[in-house]
Parts: sequence; structure tokens; C-alpha cells
Amino acid sequence: MADAITVSSHTGGAGGHLSYLKDGKGWKSWAFTVDHKRIGVMYLWSILAAFFLGGVFAMLVRLELLTPKQTIMSAEYYNRAFTLHGAIMTFLFIIPSIPAALGNFVLPLMLGAKDVAFPRLNLLSYWIYVLGALFAVAAMVTGGVDTGWTFYTPYSTTTASAVTTMTLAAFILGFSSIFTGVNFIATVHTLRAPGLTWYKMPLFVWGMYATAVIQILATPVLGITLLLVIFERVFSVGIFDARLGGDPVLFQHFFWFYSHPAVYIMILPGMAIISEIIPVFSKKTIFGYKAIAWSSVAIAFISFLVWGHHMFVSGQSRLAGAIFSFLTFLVAIPSAIKVFNWLTTMYKGSIELRAPMLYAVMFLMLFGIGGLTGLFLGTLATDVHLHDTYFVVAHFHYVMMGSTTIAFLGGLHYWWPKIFGRMYNEKLAAWGAALTFIGFNATFLPQFLLGSRGMPRRYYNYLDQFQPLHAFSTFGSWILGLGLTVAAISLLAALRKKPDAPPNPWGGKTLEWQTSSPPITHNFETQPVVTHGPYDFRVGSAR
Amino acid sequence: MNWIRSILLPVEGSAYARGHDNLMLFIVFLNVLFFLLIAVLSVIFVWRYRRSRRQGPTPHMTHNTKLEIVWSVIPALILVVLFFWGLHGYIAAGVAPQDALEIMVNGKKWLWSFEYPNGTRTINEIHVPVGKPVKLVMTSEDVIHSFYIPTMRIKQDVLPGRYTELWFTPTTTGMHQVFCAEYCGRSHSDMLAKIWVDDDAAYQKWLEEGDEQTRTMPLKDLGKVIWENRGCNTCHSIDGTRGQGPSFKGIWGKPHKMADGASVVVDANYIRESIMNPQAKVVAGYEPIMPTFQGLLREREVLAIIEFIKSLE
Repeated sequence: MADAITVSSHTGGAGGHLSYLKDGKGWKSWAFTVDHKRIGVMYLWSILAAFFLGGVFAMLVRLELLTPKQTIMSAEYYNRAFTLHGAIMTFLFIIPSIPAALGNFVLPLMLGAKDVAFPRLNLLSYWIYVLGALFAVAAMVTGGVDTGWTFYTPYSTTTASAVTTMTLAAFILGFSSIFTGVNFIATVHTLRAPGLTWYKMPLFVWGMYATAVIQILATPVLGITLLLVIFERVFSVGIFDARLGGDPVLFQHFFWFYSHPAVYIMILPGMAIISEIIPVFSKKTIFGYKAIAWSSVAIAFISFLVWGHHMFVSGQSRLAGAIFSFLTFLVAIPSAIKVFNWLTTMYKGSIELRAPMLYAVMFLMLFGIGGLTGLFLGTLATDVHLHDTYFVVAHFHYVMMGSTTIAFLGGLHYWWPKIFGRMYNEKLAAWGAALTFIGFNATFLPQFLLGSRGMPRRYYNYLDQFQPLHAFSTFGSWILGLGLTVAAISLLAALRKKPDAPPNPWGGKTLEWQTSSPPITHNFETQPVVTHGPYDFRVGSAR
Repeated sequence: MNWIRSILLPVEGSAYARGHDNLMLFIVFLNVLFFLLIAVLSVIFVWRYRRSRRQGPTPHMTHNTKLEIVWSVIPALILVVLFFWGLHGYIAAGVAPQDALEIMVNGKKWLWSFEYPNGTRTINEIHVPVGKPVKLVMTSEDVIHSFYIPTMRIKQDVLPGRYTELWFTPTTTGMHQVFCAEYCGRSHSDMLAKIWVDDDAAYQKWLEEGDEQTRTMPLKDLGKVIWENRGCNTCHSIDGTRGQGPSFKGIWGKPHKMADGASVVVDANYIRESIMNPQAKVVAGYEPIMPTFQGLLREREVLAIIEFIKSLE
């Protein structure tokens, strides 16, 4: 693409170079770009489309649950709807959301690099994502999938629905995730600007790095497991089939060996964003930089050793249950440390509650609830009662939606001016955030109660005694939908304006704010040199 | 504290449930405490240190080793307590007393069948004596199910090709709801059962004669109860809608085409055969998936179903 760069006299960033958005026209300049920013933007629109689709399924599921028995659809359609909601949100939205969309855009900028280490691999990662998404769509239109996103055997190997196509989709999407991980690790190791030592890197980069390690080490296990499910379905090889001497619980071990670390693929990037937003809007250096950085690495490491906590009642041995419970509590400690560090960062700061910071404060509370309710599930005796009930549904939605997605929205509002060069209407953005917060809690708080009172999950029909709480949750989902719509309107409306974002609207100290908004194709006019920490707000510390 | 307990949890069906609830309430207390710490501090900081009040430079606080050790060690100690307390309950729930009444449980899409040591067999309901430990030895005929009794605070997955166990000692008489907690397909949410806890005399009487309604209810009404309770309704509708199996509506006395091409008139003998040996004659257009009910229904109950179908014109 280098030959496409020309000096322009009438537009573009500082120094006259074209912004990456204007550098090249037509769909080919996007589909065949190797610019990490354009790939990030393509990922962004794709995951937002997936988020919308997964959200539609979520609203349908909640609407069906307004009353016991049939409200709007049959049990067959309900089972497909919650499966697709889970599969789309997990594999097509939340796993790629922060790393592949925002991370792709921001990480090289933060490092003062021109691009990621392997730009073409980056593009291939996006293409593979699209291919995987097409397989997922194919599974939807060729009968749908009714297994739940967890594909538990032997149900998944015996049901007549399009499990093979959907597992192939997840298998393919895994490669896209691995390629992003490989790229980020290589980029962090090799492309840091002069002076940017490891401990001067923004915490977002540390978070992305820890995430990438999990992506590379855990995702292949999921890929192999899903292939085994396909083999089991097509050739009846008998690995998971008890009638052929196999073990259905073995699938759960394989599945959670990936999918528990995957939970941290989802939450670590969220934490990474919060670690950027809080110091910038508190105008105060982060408290306990090393503790936050290394707790990300600790979480990444321990996350591989806790999968059995999904299986306390699966028939695994009591000894295994005890060990997994103990290891699960270990992972709680670094999470708690991060929360205390963020709070202390705000202490005696100069706090400006603009849209990104609003999301960060919402994150602290929602992640607080998500993390703390995890104590009920890590504790053996209480998990036996709560396992596979709505309590678990509420808990992981507080972590996945209330924490990761809220952090993603915070990051989106934080970097939107950088990505598109436009400021959004902050009042509207604040309304969107507030409605989302209210709607989210109205949807999911009642579900804790449903679960502790004994309501199992994945139920189409339910006992009348649970109806008031279900109805409340459904009403909440409408407020949540409204909030997200308002947030989307405020962001999209900004795109219709003329570019008006200054290079550094929030007063950030990390490198992405030291270039124009939107950045030029090669990111920086001159190679930046780093002389101080990423959150050094002491007066006079000009770059 | 009892009002919190009654809001959060179903009634307590056993002494184990009481111990579990004490642990649960302790964690609720921890949750509230730490959530308030986070929420109150973040709100206070946002208000007290707002930009309009605090212009100019902020203090450059990078870390404080003592403080960081304190807020790592305190949560760690609390977690150690939770680990051992939870382990204690988990182990207790794992080992059934030697003298427990053993009931075999079979899960299949989408009903639970039970067999007592004396040969009594039931579907979707059991009766147990109050105050005596009960041990369920469970297996599945198809996919994974999970036997969940909220009032006892216990749950165990039920696996094909393997036996898993669950035990409880009921402390009060009455009905305890059972749910299938592992997703198992279309009628997963209708895969329910009831545990009736009886006093000793009522339990013995039930074992010998079946329950009151089996003995005295009019046949047609009993048939409807059985259709609902024994899982017929998960596949056979009574309003003409097509399910996994043919609807019961308006089939009595009419000829039906079978998968092998033969035509069969629905009469008492055909219905009886379809219940006891369902694969013998399968209606055209349906899968041969119905399980046999041989030995699972009392004689009067079979008659009741026949009368019930007869009544659905």
C-alpha cells in the first residue's frame, strides 16, 4: 500500500499525509488492505453486526419467557434461539470484540509501530472470521442448532440439527482468534518504539498480551474437540459415546479446558480497557501498575487450571472437585487486586465523568457483582444447588455483558474520536449508558433470585411460581435494548458530521493520542520516542 | 435472618439444606459487604474528586506495597474459609448412610422412571418415608440429564453407561419438586418429577396399594392424570397437534395406517400393546422412539388411559 500514500495539500492529518480512512477508495482498498486500522474497522462493523443479531435472539428468548408455555414460539424454535444467541455472542461477538476490533486498531498505535508484526496474517485472520461467520449463517438457515452453545455430548452427537456446520464454524473462527493472538505477541515483542520498555507499556497492551497467550494455547484444544464431535457424528468413532465405550464427560473436560480460559479471553481485554480509561479521566497515574500488569498474566496462567469448576455435579470425582474449587479461588485474588487498584487510582484524582468514564464506573459495579456472585459458584456446596440454574445465567451475564461488553462500549466511546475523527453527542451517549445500566440490572438481577429459588436454565416452560421474576426480567430487556439503541444512535450520528475530533480529546498520555484523529496510514509522521510512563500526568511532562 | 432465607431460597427439606443455607447466607453477607465497598467508594470518589472541584495536578501515587499486600491477603483468607466450608458440605452430600433406602432412577427423554427394592415401579413420582435417608442410584438411557431437588439443595448429573448417586434425608412431609437440570432437548423443561414425603403408615400403604387416586378416581379422569404425570404429554397431544408421537384426539375406533403399510383399528388391545410393546406397530410417519411401559403401570392405570383416549372424540 505504500505507493498509495501521497502528500495532500487540502486534507488529512498533520504534515499533510492522508488519514487512513481516505487513503484508498472502493471496496478493494478495504478487502485487500493490510493496514491494521482498516482491518480493525472491518472487524468492528462485523462484530457489531453479530452483536445485533445475537441481541435479536436474546430479545426473542426473553419475550418467549414472559409467560410459561408458549408465548411466541414453539419449544423447537426456543431451543434454537437460545443456542444461536449463545453461539453468536460467544464466537462471533465477544471473543473477537475487544482484541480483533479495538485491539487491532489501538495496539500498534500504543506501541508507536506502523502496523502489526504480520499485516497479511492479520488480513487473513479477518477473512477467516468472515468464512466462519458464513458457516454459522449456513448452520442457521439449514435447520439451526439446538444443543446450546456448549455442544454437550451425547446430545450434540445425536440431535438432528445442523451441529456439524455450526461446530465447523466455531472451528474456523478459532483460527482467526489464534492468528490475532500470534500477531499481537510478535508485535509486542518486536515493534515497541524506542524507549518503550515493558514497564512503560500501556496496561491495555499487557492485557492484550495476556489474552493472546490464552488464545494461542487454549483455542487449538477447542478446535480438536469440535473436530472429534464431527467425527463422532459422521463416523461414530465412539470417543464420547457410552454405548461404544466412550465417555460423554470427557467432552466436557475438553470443552471447558478451552472455554474456561476463553472466559478470560473475554474479560481480560475488558479489564485492559478500564485500566486505560480510569487514569485518563482521573488525570492521575494508575495505582499499582505492576500489580495490574502481572495480575493479568497470573489470571491467564491460572485460567488453564480451573476448568473443572464447571463440572462439580458432572460425575467427576469429589477429589477433582475439591482441587478445582481451590484453584478457582486462587483466580479470584488477582481480580480483586485489580478492582482495588482502579478504585485507588480514582482516589484524590480529578475526575471527569464523560461517556467513557461513565462506562468505567458502571463496569466497576457490574464486575463487582459478577465477580462476587462467582464466590457462590466456586464454593462447592453452594454450587451444587446453583449449578445449571438462572443464578449461573445471571452471574456470567454480569461478567460477559455487564463487564466485558460495558468495557467494550467504554472503549468504543473512548477511541471513537480516534478511529473516525468525530466527536459524538455526549449527552445522548450518557443517556444510552444510563439506560443500558438500568435495563441490564433490571434484566439480570431477578435472575439471581430465580436461580437461587431453583429455576433451571434452558427451560422453555416453567412453573407458575417463577413468572413474576421472569416477566420483570423481560421488561428489563426492553429497557436494555432501548439503552443500546440510544448508544448506537449517538455514535452513528457522529459519523454524519464533518471531522471535528482533536488528536487528543481526553488528554491521554499514551502514544495513540500523539497522532492525528483519524491517524494517517503510517500512524505517525515521525517515529515517536518514549521517555515516560503511560499515565504520567505530572504537569510539564510534555512529550 | 429467616426472612432473607425465605426470599432467596425454597423451603428447607432436610438438615443438609439448613447447613447449606447458612453457608449461602454467609456468602450473601460477603457479597453485600464488598459490593457496598466498591459502589460507595466509586460514587464518593466520582463526586468528591470531580474535575470542577479539583483543577490542577493530582498526587503522583504509583504504588504502596503495604496496602497492596493487605488487600491481597484479606480476600485470600476469606477464600480459604469459603473453600473449606464448601468442601465440608460437598463431602457430606457425597457419602450416603449405609442404611439408606435405595431407589433406582432411570432418566430418558423426557421422563424419570423409578424402581424400589421390592419391585414397585413408578414414573415421574416417588413416595419416601420421612426421616429415613434415601439414596438414588441413577443412570440415563440416552443423553445426559441431571436430577435436581431444590428443596434438598442437591443435584447430580445422570449419565448414560454409568451410575451416579444422590442422597437426602427428608425432614418434613409434603411434596418436593424435581427438575431435569441438564439440557436434553425439546421437552427438557417438562421433564419434572415429584417426591412425596409420607409418614411411615402412609408410605407403607402406598407401597402396597398405590396412592389414593389410583384406587378410587374415575378411570377417565385418572387417565388424564397419568397422561400428564407419566410423560405421555411430552409426545402425544390431546388437541390434535402433531408431536413426536400421534395425537390422542379422535383416534378411538378409527383405522390407522402403520409404517409397514398395515391398517389397524385403534381399540383397547391396540392401545395396550402400544403401551407395553410400542415398537410392535408404529404409526406411519413417526419414529419408533417410544419407550416401553411394561411393568411401570398398574392394571387399573392402563385401563384408565384406554378410557381417557376413548373420551377424546
